Amino acid sequence: MNELPLLTLTIWLPIIGGLVVLASGDKEKELSKWTALAFAILTFLVSLGLWIGFDSSTAEMQFVERVSWIPSFNVEYFLGVDGISMPLIVLTTFITIFVVIAGWEVITYKPSQYLAAFLIMDGVMVGVFSALDAVLFYVFWEAMLIPMFIIIGVWGGPNRVYATIKFFLYTFFGSVFMLVALIYMYFQSGSFSILDFHTLELGMKAQILIFIAFLLAFAVKVPMFPVHTWLPDAHVEAPTGGSVILAAIMLKIGGYGFLRFSLPITPDASASLDWLIIALSLIAIVYIGFVALVQQDMKKLIAYSSIAHMGFVTLGFFIVFSIVTNPNVSGGSVMGIEGGMVQMISHGFISGALFLCVGVLYDRVHSREIADYGGVINTMPWFGAFMVYFAMANAGLPGTSGFVGEFMVILATFRADFWWAFLAATTLILAAAFTLWMVKRVVFGEVKNDKVAALRDLDLRERINLGVLAAAVLALGLWPAPLMNVMHATVENLVEQVQICKLPAAERGDCLLPVSERVASTLNQD
Amino acid sequence: MHFDAANLIPILPEITLLITASVVLIADLYLKEQDKGRNHTLTLVGLAIAIVLTGAVGGGEPQVFFDGNLIRDDVTDLLRGAILIVSLLAFVYVRSWLQDRGMLVGEFYVLALLAILGMLIMVSANSFLPLYLGLELQALSLYALVAFDRDSQKGAEAAMKYFVLGALGSGMLLYGISMIYGATGSIEFAPVAQAVAEQGMSDKVLVFGIAFLVIGIGFKFGAVPFHMWVPDIYEGAPTPAVLILGSAPKIAAFALAIRMLVDGLQSLHPDWQQMLVILAVLSMGLGNVVAIAQSNIKRMLAYSTISHVGFIFLGLLAGSQQGYASAMFYSIVYAVMAAGAFGILLILSREGFDAERLEDLKGLNDRDAWYAAMMALVMFSMAGVPPTVGFMAKLLVLEAVIRIDMVWLALVAVFFSIIGAFYYLRVVKYIYFDKPADDAPALTTTGGVRVAMSINGLALLALGVFPASLLALCQAAFA
Repeated sequence: MNELPLLTLTIWLPIIGGLVVLASGDKEKELSKWTALAFAILTFLVSLGLWIGFDSSTAEMQFVERVSWIPSFNVEYFLGVDGISMPLIVLTTFITIFVVIAGWEVITYKPSQYLAAFLIMDGVMVGVFSALDAVLFYVFWEAMLIPMFIIIGVWGGPNRVYATIKFFLYTFFGSVFMLVALIYMYFQSGSFSILDFHTLELGMKAQILIFIAFLLAFAVKVPMFPVHTWLPDAHVEAPTGGSVILAAIMLKIGGYGFLRFSLPITPDASASLDWLIIALSLIAIVYIGFVALVQQDMKKLIAYSSIAHMGFVTLGFFIVFSIVTNPNVSGGSVMGIEGGMVQMISHGFISGALFLCVGVLYDRVHSREIADYGGVINTMPWFGAFMVYFAMANAGLPGTSGFVGEFMVILATFRADFWWAFLAATTLILAAAFTLWMVKRVVFGEVKNDKVAALRDLDLRERINLGVLAAAVLALGLWPAPLMNVMHATVENLVEQVQICKLPAAERGDCLLPVSERVASTLNQD
Repeated sequence: MHFDAANLIPILPEITLLITASVVLIADLYLKEQDKGRNHTLTLVGLAIAIVLTGAVGGGEPQVFFDGNLIRDDVTDLLRGAILIVSLLAFVYVRSWLQDRGMLVGEFYVLALLAILGMLIMVSANSFLPLYLGLELQALSLYALVAFDRDSQKGAEAAMKYFVLGALGSGMLLYGISMIYGATGSIEFAPVAQAVAEQGMSDKVLVFGIAFLVIGIGFKFGAVPFHMWVPDIYEGAPTPAVLILGSAPKIAAFALAIRMLVDGLQSLHPDWQQMLVILAVLSMGLGNVVAIAQSNIKRMLAYSTISHVGFIFLGLLAGSQQGYASAMFYSIVYAVMAAGAFGILLILSREGFDAERLEDLKGLNDRDAWYAAMMALVMFSMAGVPPTVGFMAKLLVLEAVIRIDMVWLALVAVFFSIIGAFYYLRVVKYIYFDKPADDAPALTTTGGVRVAMSINGLALLALGVFPASLLALCQAAFA
């Protein structure tokens, strides 16, 4: 289809860039910064090629590259994207540019290692989104931990060692069980291709165990209640760039995992355990929303708000089963997953921007305590405007991207159950309460102390950074259609796929999923 | 029995090592104090020639020679090559340590070369007798190496412990061999295998013999509950000796296990499988948990070795060709990782100072970013984090275990590897997150050490990204 191996380029260009920057050392600091920026922008441009060349009418994998990697185990270097992964790849390369710019003047300790870590991270995360081979996916998935571990540990705050080891071990804990599940499926299907896993027939017991293994891996990453506790620590201690990448991209990888693995590989287990995910999502939305309300630390507050918002994503993904098994409801199942997807992209922009805002304040005052600020708007009008705007977006103001995803998920949830939707909708109040209250205390009011009085407003670099993100939030909020078009075919296909009972013939009687006509014909064939 | 000169060709690498050892022994008498470095050069040249010869005589159909005592097959070729290459790296690392302490003398090289010779003989053995002789040659040389720093009390104590426990292990092994001989009437692997296949499980003597063999193997590997000697020896012995006894001998121990259990007693696999399961679970559990409590890095690496042995056993107990290949892959990879880890400790040591505590790694990134990166690679590889080869090794072993439907064992293994990740991460923490101590001088190393360490570290990465070729070699050996 396309002559250039675009995916390979998007993965390896930043990694090579990272190695170049690393090799350049810290003698020519300016040079290494510009090199890093050049590689980040170049990678983004290459990834735009994916968007432009993408055929949104099909759910097939596109830009496929398939080369044998470890022949004796049938492991392949197998890449490809569909409507779910492609937008996430573009988001990754896009956000990386801002991370590079955000560290420009702030990072003085070994800046070349700092920038290199983020560039390598960029490539590895793109690898996670584009890998279609389970081993390749796992390699990228775990490789992601190394640069992030170093980023938090070296450039983080006072309690960084605790935070980064906790982060690493939590994620490592979740993912090794996934590895066992992947190897198990390899023996069932004879290949490590994720697409082959999608069509693999699995008994209920195996499905449930695999589902739990996936849940451990992805729930930690998302993070879902009750395995979310690493996130506030990691966020608070990480340098600004690290927080941005964590919130904007790494959390999305958990959500992506649910769509790529849990739903299509174990639909029957997902259908029978969907109550668990929905319950955990609602707890995340409501309970974590209250927890966010009482935070004293701005970064922690945004971290908790991320957990609450990611609750919407998992809710949207798993509400689909209640909709398709309910005979009185038609349609809406696609909307839940699409809403979750839009929420992921939008949250990438908004949380990234909010962490950048906190970073701006932290660079000047070296405090993240809400109590240390007040009346910032008087000395930093530009900053105040941006902060209020992103806070509104975080609260889900119509017209911003934050509204679109939440609204779609709530609508879909309504079709399944009124009370679930009611609980989910409390976020409209809670999110408004915790973000706007923070803004009130930090931005508005009288100038609180000398430090605030001495603040200087955003410089050009910071204005560009926040300005572009603000434009993206607005564009996605007003006109989400391009994004929805790209993913629509894929999501529809996914929803069809999760309605196919994958139990072997002997267990067909236990199928929870309705057997639609198209699906019935597939069942009758075997 | 008659002498055939053609028999000498397949053991040319062994002959080369023996000649090198002899030449070093004699040359050392005539070398002036300032020329002792020539011992080093001679040893490296000898090893390099042996590596080339291994390649030259290798390949092709298996050959049995010296009246069925020795064999040269794909397993031999690969393991000989791996032992020699890892040893070559080790010799490059030890030189400045020895020089700084005035120990750059011929004896060190002679003993180490004889130990390597012993390992090569173990790898080539086709009967219990040469296997045991090779093992003893290796072990006796290593006992002496541990006591090499003759003024060190700790070293002497460690050597004594090593000797007593090693002798006990060898005794067990020999006792087991005698049982097997009694039950089958042969000490050559092929007739033993045939006899065992005919008698099956019925012979109590045979099962008794296997138990002793497995205990002997457990001793030599340092598997729990036969691990007591490992931490003390690692801590007490001079670091160069630990480097030599902690890396390549694991490959030789693998050969010991594969020759006896697989070549000789494959048909009793259900018996020894159960024994290995117990050893593997205990080793992974105890090794990983106790390593957390260590503040001495050599001791920590000792417990880490114990846990890795558990993983090697996982591959062995699978009892399939895939399993043996994965265990072989793991042993070779482990030897390379261990060489890198102890190599870094040697680099950090200087005159009058041995890097032994975890704190000694503090701020390595500020002192030398390249060595810091290499050590981080070694640690991530030991923890089994992709894209390093340690992950691939674990993946293959887990695959072999899940293939025989022992998913629970795989779950136990990954669970302990999470615990293990913690203490490897702690090392990375010292390297990257802490500032160096104020009195830490800049690292001075020769270009050779830097090149060797770079090859060592980058090999872990390269093999992790492109594992196919080494894996294919391992699989071909058992095809």
